[in-house]
Amino acid sequence: MSETASPKLELGRVGDSTPRIDGVPKVTGEFAYSSDLQAAGMLWGHTVRSPHAHARIVSIDISEAVGMPGVHAVLTHEDVPGEKRYGLEFADQPVLAYERVRYYGEPVALVAAEHPEQARRAAGRIRVEYEPLEPVVDPERATEQDPLHPDRPTMSHGYRDDPRPNVVRSLLIRHGDPEADGEVTVSGVYEVGIQDQAFLGPESGLAVPDGEGGVDVYVATQWLHVDRDQVAPCLNLKPEQVRIHLAGVGGAFGGREDLSMQLHGALLALHTDRPVKIVYNREESFVGHIHRHPAKIWAEHRSTRDGKLVNVRVRILLDGGAYASSSTAVTSNAASFAVGPYAVDNALIESTCVYTNNPPCGAMRGFGAVQVCFAHEAQMDKLAEALDIDPIELRLLNALGPGGSLPTGQKITGTLPVADVIRRAAELDIPEQEELPRDPMRLPGGSGNTTRGEGVRRGVGFAVGFKNIGYSEGFDDYTAARVRLDADGSAEVHCAAAEVGQGVANVILQVARTELGSSDVVLAPHTTATVDSAGSASASRMTWMAAGAVRDACRAALEERQQNGGKAVDVERIYRHPRTTPLDPETGQITGERAHVAYACAAMRVVAEVDVELGLTRVVWIGTAQDVGKAVNPQAVTGQIEGGTAQGLGLALMEEIQTRDGLITNASFTDYLIPTTLDMPPVVSVLIEEAEPDAPYGVKGVGEPPTVVSTAAVVAALRAATGRELTRVPVKPDDIVGL
Amino acid sequence: MRIELQINGEAHEADVWEGESLLFALREQLGFPGSKNACEQGECGSCSVLLDGTLVCSCLVLAAQAEGHEVVTVEGLADDGRLHKVQEAFVAAGAVQCGFCTPGLVVAAADLLKRNVYPSDDDIREALSGNLCRCTGYAKIFDAVRMAAAAL
Ligand code: FES
Ligand code: FES
Repeated sequence: MSETASPKLELGRVGDSTPRIDGVPKVTGEFAYSSDLQAAGMLWGHTVRSPHAHARIVSIDISEAVGMPGVHAVLTHEDVPGEKRYGLEFADQPVLAYERVRYYGEPVALVAAEHPEQARRAAGRIRVEYEPLEPVVDPERATEQDPLHPDRPTMSHGYRDDPRPNVVRSLLIRHGDPEADGEVTVSGVYEVGIQDQAFLGPESGLAVPDGEGGVDVYVATQWLHVDRDQVAPCLNLKPEQVRIHLAGVGGAFGGREDLSMQLHGALLALHTDRPVKIVYNREESFVGHIHRHPAKIWAEHRSTRDGKLVNVRVRILLDGGAYASSSTAVTSNAASFAVGPYAVDNALIESTCVYTNNPPCGAMRGFGAVQVCFAHEAQMDKLAEALDIDPIELRLLNALGPGGSLPTGQKITGTLPVADVIRRAAELDIPEQEELPRDPMRLPGGSGNTTRGEGVRRGVGFAVGFKNIGYSEGFDDYTAARVRLDADGSAEVHCAAAEVGQGVANVILQVARTELGSSDVVLAPHTTATVDSAGSASASRMTWMAAGAVRDACRAALEERQQNGGKAVDVERIYRHPRTTPLDPETGQITGERAHVAYACAAMRVVAEVDVELGLTRVVWIGTAQDVGKAVNPQAVTGQIEGGTAQGLGLALMEEIQTRDGLITNASFTDYLIPTTLDMPPVVSVLIEEAEPDAPYGVKGVGEPPTVVSTAAVVAALRAATGRELTRVPVKPDDIVGL
Repeated sequence: MRIELQINGEAHEADVWEGESLLFALREQLGFPGSKNACEQGECGSCSVLLDGTLVCSCLVLAAQAEGHEVVTVEGLADDGRLHKVQEAFVAAGAVQCGFCTPGLVVAAADLLKRNVYPSDDDIREALSGNLCRCTGYAKIFDAVRMAAAAL
């Protein structure tokens, strides 16, 4: 045990690597996550889920379950007092299934009981009679099959009117002359499996009735106010009767954008007039949230003989699963970034997302850009080989930058140092190859002790990618902050920005301390009860948006206090980033100045060793240069880069939700593997700080670019080591040995 | 059934259902929610505790099996309000993001450093390979363990 005091918790200012405000409670076990909550008289909720991917519900019989020991409530769709459907952007998802179920694990009924085991046992006595229906599982055939949503909930929202059944959204971008010919053409077809966010903290929360018909929900989420706005109408309550409070969040990565237990817990709590806790187990978590869209991408690159891109033609097919979630925005992001951070005068890009009976997909870190980066970077390497040009030179030759345009016609007006990140990543020294023989822990296969290294080949890969920061296409994106400044200079900041582990709580405090010139600042609990919306902790937007709102509120508070002679003040301010407008539904071109607000790019170099006889891999080293705007907290920024890189490495090498006829077959950490200490190499990060002109303090988002590029960069290293095309991720041992 | 056990040096008792895990009993009945429930299948290490001095996944131990035994949880690492060197290092190195893996990792890292005062990177890699972290990519966790080893 140590003799010294605990680490200093003085939070510094913008630009300082100050330790996390929640660091000490998290290392001592005191930090209260959403699964740690308790209340007097609390019941446990349990969700009964569909065992079918597609079926008609013939009948639901709860009579036996109701009488089971400890049971206080058994609810079905008939007990939903308000709207029967909800959704993040389109209300196409039943609170509890009625008439039919559209995916494996869809919620059908709820139970509340004294002990979780009693709730589980009662759930087993609910008799649901299903008539199985043919599931729509092949996204390439979905547009010819019967519609899963005959009312077409996503159509007539300003998107292209696509009459084919099961289209969530389709988008066509026509740029320049889409038929333009080049001197050299390379083409390829690429596939990406379904990735899971696999945050460690399971979906969970506590719903507490307020005794006056309203409810408080304490939950791990990414956007408190949008939860409230989905929950209240289904409960037939006014928004202010539903208060959503942030409980400790065990990671998010997009997987907590949609509702999980919020509505179900609130329904049970209001029905029983008791607090109700719901905690998913890992298997339920795998079916209880949306995933990264699996994709198939057809790409054709045409260039001049000296390597200048002439025309890029890409077709993207995304499987959205049973409900829309944020699929329409993912569809558009995939299209916007399909070419990669390269300048090209002509392009034809078609991006389509379909409804199927596969697991529902939505937001995950990288949001459409991950899938296309895997394809465009494979294509750039292929083109370099066809032209016999150094792949890094080819990328530099075509690098997009300020003044250039996207295929949507939008000019890059802010910073986008693509050439710089490429050069800086390419310059990093890579480690020498380690001699053989060596400790098996440092060979592909590791402690499995499968080889002495005879079949081991080394490869070096490279990739560059980019992505938008903030919400796009006309979304009214804002963040509110409220500052209570006392006469003695102490301050309390309210902001509903969700601290999901990324460190936004520190950002808020560092900004407030910078603006107020005082360290006597505390952060009030994140809740819908005391402050307007912060928007979502997603799209790499939260640092930028929270920094803008807190800065503005602090400055307004100082000014107001000066005007009123130094008395305490309480001000709220709303911050908006530059306004965007939708894309033209027919041409995919911008309709105003911008459809996206800003971008961030990253380049990555990966050294991998592959045992070409056994198909096993070991990533040895990763180096990356990332465009971060201004790093508010450099330690937190490198943490985002390392963690984001690991998730991309996971998709490259091991992570995939497997399904059979729409049923998930690997819903556990035994069968769905994520990177461990044995899989992750050291990561060298170079931060390129170029202030973004429209952003507070010049910040950019940093969470997503590493995930966007790392899948592509890792697979590039495997290709270099094996000489194989490796067109699908995750790459399997069979793909490496060529079975 | 009623069980009695030592937790972090103090005697505790609880009424548990016979199928309940030690993890569930610690978190829900005994007031020690620090150990985490990321998988409850022995795959993630977030529930790691010391049972009679041996590192175990408390989700795989029945509460009834802990009857009469001694458990040390993450809540028992700090001494009189002073953080354990491993806890200090996790905060200082930036090894904590969402922190859901952290209780299990600090217990496992403290256990490693008790057995091995100068662990190599390969030792750290192997010792912590049963603890999943989804946020950090592990780089800063390695930094923290090295930092704690140097400080102990
Ligand atoms: S919760 Fe025990 S190992 Fe995961
Ligand atoms: S810090 Fe989130 S899982 Fe490790």
